[in-house]
Amino acid sequence: MALDLRNERGVALDKQRFTWREMVSPPISKLDDDAFTRVRVILMNGQETEAQRFSHACARMNRALQLPLARVRRVEQHQATMINWLISPDHSPLETTIAYEQVAIEVTAHVAEHEPDPYMAQTYRFGMLEDFDHLYRYSALLDRLEGKDANNITQSYSDIVPGRPTVIEHRAPEDDLRRPYDRRTADALTKIHATLIMAGEHQTHDYYMNIGPLFADPVARQLYAEIASIEEQHVTQYESIIDPDETWLEKWVLHEATEVYAYYSCLQSESNPRIKAIWQRMVDYELGHLQVAVEHFQNIEKRDAAEILPATLPDPIAFRSHRDFVRKVLNQEVDLRARGTEYIHASQEDEHSPSVLYRSHLNSLGSPSETVAAGYSWRPGTEVTELMVATKGGA
Amino acid sequence: MEREKRQGSAPTDLGMNRTGVSTSPIDTPRMVDAAMSVPVIAEGAGEMVNMRRMYVEESPEPIGSMPPPVTPKGMAKTAVQAFKGHKPTVLLDKMGERLAFERTGTRLYDAMIVKVVGSPETGVGPRHADLEELRAEELRHFELVHRHLVRLGADPTVQTPCADTAGMQAMGVLQVLTDPRTTLSQCLNAILTTELADTAGWELLTHLAREAGETEMADEFQQAHLNEQEHDRRVKTWLTEMVMTDAGVA
Repeated sequence: MALDLRNERGVALDKQRFTWREMVSPPISKLDDDAFTRVRVILMNGQETEAQRFSHACARMNRALQLPLARVRRVEQHQATMINWLISPDHSPLETTIAYEQVAIEVTAHVAEHEPDPYMAQTYRFGMLEDFDHLYRYSALLDRLEGKDANNITQSYSDIVPGRPTVIEHRAPEDDLRRPYDRRTADALTKIHATLIMAGEHQTHDYYMNIGPLFADPVARQLYAEIASIEEQHVTQYESIIDPDETWLEKWVLHEATEVYAYYSCLQSESNPRIKAIWQRMVDYELGHLQVAVEHFQNIEKRDAAEILPATLPDPIAFRSHRDFVRKVLNQEVDLRARGTEYIHASQEDEHSPSVLYRSHLNSLGSPSETVAAGYSWRPGTEVTELMVATKGGA
Repeated sequence: MEREKRQGSAPTDLGMNRTGVSTSPIDTPRMVDAAMSVPVIAEGAGEMVNMRRMYVEESPEPIGSMPPPVTPKGMAKTAVQAFKGHKPTVLLDKMGERLAFERTGTRLYDAMIVKVVGSPETGVGPRHADLEELRAEELRHFELVHRHLVRLGADPTVQTPCADTAGMQAMGVLQVLTDPRTTLSQCLNAILTTELADTAGWELLTHLAREAGETEMADEFQQAHLNEQEHDRRVKTWLTEMVMTDAGVA
C-alpha cells in the first residue's frame, strides 16, 4: 500500500513523547538478528543525525524557524537515541564498522539501480565501489587484529573482495564536486536519494572520526584515518549533487520526506517484530514532522508543497543482497576516475593532475589500506583457518 | 525469578544464530569463489607487522610515568632505595596496579551481584552472600594497598602506568558483566580471568615487597595472595557446577 505523503498526518508533534526506558530498550542480537535489521538501524541513525545537523544549520540562518525547528529537533534527538541504542554492546567498534560499510554498499546499490537521472546513478555507482573496497580493507583488519570473521556480521549477503582500491580513491577537492540536480526539474526520487545517501555517508565519516582514536593498534589508527578521509570526500560529493539553490524550507521539507520514505522502507521489510513496531512509530512521527515543515513552507514561501513532494512514496528501499549488480558495476567501472565533475577512465588521468599529485604525497610514506590487506583473501572462519591447514600440511 | 526466566531462554538453546556460513548455502560458495579470485601475495600479512614494528621502534614515549614522592618520608625512602641500587617506583607502580585492580574488582562484583539478587536458591553457582563476601575482600585488599602507599609516602590517588593498563584489561570483563543479556555463568567465566590475574598479581607483589625489604608489608600481601587463591577456587567451582548443570551432566 503506497503512503500518501500529502494527506497522511501521522502523530501530531505535541503527542510525540519518550521516556528514557523507551529510548534504551533491549538491543538487537548480533548473532540472531538478520544482517539487514542492523543495516536498517544504522541507516536510520544516519538519517536522524542528518536531521539534527541540518536543523541546527537551518536554525542558525533563519530566526523565524528557530522554535519549530527546536521542537522537531528535540524529538529527532530522542528518535536517534532510540535507534542507535539498538546496536548491542557485543559489537566491537570494528564489527560495527563492517556493518556501516554493508549499509553503504547495499543501500547505495539499491539507489543506483533505481535513480532516474543517469548522471546521479553514475555518481552512486562510483561511490559504491569505493565503499565496497572499504569493506574488504576493514575485513582484513578485523581478521588480522581481532581474529574475527567479517562475514559473521555481513551474513553472506555482501562479497568481501577489493573494489576500487582505497589507495587511489584520494582525490583533490576539485575532483570531488559533482553537478547538482536542478530543483525545478529533478524527479522527487532524485532529491530523496541524494539526501538519503549524503546522510549515511556523513554519519559514517563522523563514526570513523570518533572511534579511530579508540584503537591502540597503529595500523588500525592509520586505516581509520585514511578511510575517514575518503568518507569526507564522499560527503563532499553527495552534498554537491543537491541543488544549492533550494531554499532552506524546501530542504527541510525534503529532509522530512526522506525520513518518512526511509522509515517506511524499513517497516516494509523488517523481520524482527519488536523493531518493526519501532519503525511504525517512527513513520507516524516523521509524518507529523513533515506536516510541520510543509505548513511553514506553505505559509512563508506561499508555495504549494505539491511542487516538491511526490503524491505517493516511491517503491521502498530493497533491503537485500545486490551481489549481481555490484559485481557488474565492479567489472565495468572499477577503473573510473574523476576529473572535475566528470568521470574518466584511469588511462585518461594525467600524471600531473591535482588528484594524482595529491594522493602521491598522501601515500608517499606508505598506504594503510594496502598494508592491512596485503595478500588478504576472505575465507569462511578467517585467514587463520588457512594457516591451520598450512601447518597441518607442513607437519 | 530472574534466574528461572534465564533458564527458560538460555543462550545454549537452539535458536536463529545466523553468523555461520551454513546459514547461506547458496550465497557462500559464490562469495568464496569471488574471494579466491583475488591474487594473493605470499607473506602479505608481514606488511602489517612491519608497520607495527615501525611504530614500536619510533615511539620511545611510554604510556606515562610515575610521579615524584609527595612527602619528605617518601623522598627519603626513595633516596635510600636508590642508593642500594633499587628502583622503588617499580614497587609503587605495581602497588598502584593492585590498588586500581581491587577498586575495579569491587565494581565488577557489584555488577555480578545484580545477576543473582532476587534469584531463588538453586544450590548451583554462587549465592548473593557469596558474592558479597568476595566483594568485601576485594575492598579489604584495596584498603591494604592504600594504607601501605600512604605509609610509603606515595599519593594513592595517582593512576600509575600499570594501573592504567590494568584498567584497559578490565574493560572487556566489565562489558560482559554489565550487559543485561549475559548469564551468570558467562559472567563467572569473565571474572575468572580477573581473579586468576589478581592472584598472580599478588604473588608478584609479595615477592617484590620482600625483595625491597618491606617484610611486614610482604606478609600482609601474602595473606591477600592466599585469599585470592581461594577466590579462584570458588569461582572455578561455581562455573564448573553451572556449566555441568546446564549441560545436564552434573
